[in-house]
Amino acid sequence: MATQDIVLDTQEHTSTGVDNVKLAMWAFLGSECLFFASLISTYLLYRNDVLSGPTPSEIYDIPFTSVSSFVLLMSSLTMVLALGAIHRKDERQMRVWLLATAVLGMVFIGGQIYEFTTFVEEGMKLDTSTFSSAFFVLTGFHGAHVTVGILLLLTLVMMSLFGRLSPGAERKVEMIGLYWHFVDIVWVVIFTVVYLIPTNG
Amino acid sequence: MTEPVQHVEYHDHHTEHPTPRAYVWVAILLALVTAIEVAIYYFNLPDWALIAGLLIFALIKFLFVARWFMHLKFDERVFRMLFLTGIITALFVFSIVLSIFFLAGDGGPAPLVNGGG
Repeated sequence: MATQDIVLDTQEHTSTGVDNVKLAMWAFLGSECLFFASLISTYLLYRNDVLSGPTPSEIYDIPFTSVSSFVLLMSSLTMVLALGAIHRKDERQMRVWLLATAVLGMVFIGGQIYEFTTFVEEGMKLDTSTFSSAFFVLTGFHGAHVTVGILLLLTLVMMSLFGRLSPGAERKVEMIGLYWHFVDIVWVVIFTVVYLIPTNG
Repeated sequence: MTEPVQHVEYHDHHTEHPTPRAYVWVAILLALVTAIEVAIYYFNLPDWALIAGLLIFALIKFLFVARWFMHLKFDERVFRMLFLTGIITALFVFSIVLSIFFLAGDGGPAPLVNGGG
């Protein structure tokens, strides 16, 4: 089994000279850039278009969202520590860090659900204004990505617990890690562009 | 001569990964930048200065996560190029959309109305 691991992790030959799975993951993340850029563009175009309902400056709770952003940033740290643990072949510690990452992701999603609920109670629904539609679609899709990431992390933990992670454990953790960090990087942009940059309203 | 080259080319650079301590330092830096970002939001800065500052801080965070946590700093150049291609294409598409909306006249977004209601 250990020999198989080494073969899959470091000596597989490809026509490009690089890992095809990793290449595909980076191509996927590149395409995701386009996806989120289109949503962020739409938000920027319509963020001042508030014919009814609250305006961005009236409704955003910056201290609360700052804490959520901090939580998601720290989940990138725990993710990279999980990868470090599997590089050292320490699966137990990897599971601990993966679980920590999933829990931090759940805290972020919990915060987003709370934020959405508050917004709806304050009169900002999906169809209240063009701004609210653009906001909910952008942040909602990001939340969906985080949720998928949490499921992938928990799947890795379960696979490790049942001894199904190897062969190729390092590569699996690294690929999920790349996805997770990408979701974090997208939030870095959303937090600045959506929440912090002032609007006319 | 050709066989060793094939082996060297594929290696996943596992030995070049930073230590956990380095990752913790990067995380501390990211937390500090986030704190500064939020702090300057409450300063009474002119809009242009606030926007420029926020974008610079976001770029710093973006680069640190991509280069250190996503290992682009240590990984194969081709991965960096793929990601960069996505970002540049996204910016290109966005600039075309903006051009269509603002330069083509009547196809623009709905009129901007401030203050709600």
